[in-house]
Amino acid sequence: MLSIKNLHASIEGTEILRGINLEVKAGEVHAIMGPNGSGKSTLASVLAGREEYEVTEGEVIFKGKNLLDLAPEDRAREGVFLAFQYPVEIPGVSSTNFLRTAVNQVREYRGLEALDAVKFLTLMKEKMKLVEIDQKLLSRSLNEGFSGGEKKRNEIFQMAMLDPSLSILDETDSGLDIDALRIVSNGVNQLKSDKNATIVVTHYQRLLDYIVPDYVHVLYKGRIVKSGTKELAMELEEKGYDWIKEEVDSAATV
Amino acid sequence: MSTLTKQDTFSSLLESAPKTFEAARALAKESYLVQGIPASKAEEYKFTNIGKKLEQNISKFTAAQTFDVAGELVKSSIFEGFEGDVLVFSNGKFQPNLSSKIEGVEVSLISEKTDLALGSIAKPEKDAFAALNQASFEDGIFISVPKKAQIAKPILLLSFNQANEGQVIQPRVWIEAGDFAEVTFIDHSISLGDTAYFVNKVVELKGGINTQLSYYRLQNEGKNAIEVSSIESDIQKDARFTSVNISLSGDLVRNNLSLNLLGSNSEGNMFGIFLLNGKTHVDNHTNVDHTIPHAESHELYKGILADQSRGVFNGKIFVRQDAQKTNAFQQNNNILLSEDAIINTKPQLEIWADDVKCSHGCTVGQLDEEALFYLQARGIDKMQAKGLLLYAFAGEVLEKIQEESFRNYCDTLVQERLGSKF
Repeated sequence: MLSIKNLHASIEGTEILRGINLEVKAGEVHAIMGPNGSGKSTLASVLAGREEYEVTEGEVIFKGKNLLDLAPEDRAREGVFLAFQYPVEIPGVSSTNFLRTAVNQVREYRGLEALDAVKFLTLMKEKMKLVEIDQKLLSRSLNEGFSGGEKKRNEIFQMAMLDPSLSILDETDSGLDIDALRIVSNGVNQLKSDKNATIVVTHYQRLLDYIVPDYVHVLYKGRIVKSGTKELAMELEEKGYDWIKEEVDSAATV
Repeated sequence: MSTLTKQDTFSSLLESAPKTFEAARALAKESYLVQGIPASKAEEYKFTNIGKKLEQNISKFTAAQTFDVAGELVKSSIFEGFEGDVLVFSNGKFQPNLSSKIEGVEVSLISEKTDLALGSIAKPEKDAFAALNQASFEDGIFISVPKKAQIAKPILLLSFNQANEGQVIQPRVWIEAGDFAEVTFIDHSISLGDTAYFVNKVVELKGGINTQLSYYRLQNEGKNAIEVSSIESDIQKDARFTSVNISLSGDLVRNNLSLNLLGSNSEGNMFGIFLLNGKTHVDNHTNVDHTIPHAESHELYKGILADQSRGVFNGKIFVRQDAQKTNAFQQNNNILLSEDAIINTKPQLEIWADDVKCSHGCTVGQLDEEALFYLQARGIDKMQAKGLLLYAFAGEVLEKIQEESFRNYCDTLVQERLGSKF
């Protein structure tokens, strides 16, 4: 589904990603872990098409198409979904209107007919249950005045509405209490199928107790320096990142 | 105040002034000649060099004559869903035959009200253009809402402008509302043609105690038209006055809006949007005068400027020494969509009282890139996402309009503009 080859990206002349290689197949869950500043969020942003980042080398093929050629909205329509680390508050734009516009533009791109108000509401009600989100929240402006947990739940709710094939969760767990974490993970797990894939970007292993990954990759200084299974995450939880840093840094000096 | 050559300024217009209100006209003419048309060094017109704009026609300006407005045109110009009464104007002059008879409201030509204290609210010495209007306007409209009258349906003041370069349209409006009266006006002018005529308008509003007065205004002037207006309202004890001003086009537009809070527990609200493109220049000068304790004022103006357009906002709040316990809030926010668009904004607060709650502020920025990316990342087209964000920005002002048909109409105009142009 997703094939990243030798991806280099920089922001304002500083190289952040220095040759990422990653293959993600349908049905898989990949966790990207790593210390702060290793490039995890940059990778998520580059995949979603954030313009501040300049891709200087490499390619990203998503379902046979060159992802890097597409505008952010077209990536979303093709089925890439980024759950934001910091969801944006947008005063004056109602959550419901925003979502209906988004859902219908995505549907139009995929050759599906637009949902009328009734069908849209039915779909919304069904998906709201997934993340236990309150209707009252959705009658407000988008994310405005939402608590941290409500914002993250809203991200997963939007994900459910847009039915992506590749979901990238950028630090979705950070700042969540256990209850909120359980609700969010539960939503993600219910949306999982053998047709879609998930990339979980996180600093902490805790989330991976709830969303169990098939593969764990450690990102450090803009490269994937170690890959393994969920046991690797356990090891990182226990030992921290220092041993990996040492391994990489000493190899580099040899 | 720096001025252009005095002997030439609007000489023919002043000479042909009608013989009504002779004392008020003489006073205004004198005041006008003292002030002169403000040139670029005049503080109040610093960023709006209207003198230069008018210069080439200034000595030969003549009054624009009325023209026949077709009944069909009137009909088709009324907003969908509008259920109130309509008063029609042709080049600023009231057309009784095309207008509705409003139950419970007195409407007449201003010339029939010979003892009217013309200029007692919009004083000629405060602004050269207000003085020019008072000295040389032809005729205007007088509207009086009696005490305790609740006029449930809004009154639409529908003006059609069609004039040539070198012609002046000078509407003059007097509105008074007796104690406890409630009424809403919608002032909509429609330009028929793209010529460089000049509109110089004065509206005086006099509310009694506990009145609820709203004055909504939609400016959609022809792209070469020059317009100056002075709208001023006295607000008495327990009364509320709300102004919403929407400016969409014109060559050069200057709006002077002044509220005088004269009685305690009175409230003055001023809301506005200016949505500019091309080379349009819109200048909003507002003035709130708190003279007594326990009054409040709220002001919010928002600007969206594209292309080479230019906006000016100058908001003055005066809180006099006696005006303790005043609440006065003022805000001006602007989004610039192009490198060539300019905004000059100056919030100004002058406080002599010591127990008040006041704030003012302004922002100038671009569209929030992070918000834009967020919407795009959900599959929304970039242009549409921009439109959505700008509309949300403008929406905060649009929602102040209580009259539904007018709000819907403005909503559509704003959305069309944001969707197509920006």
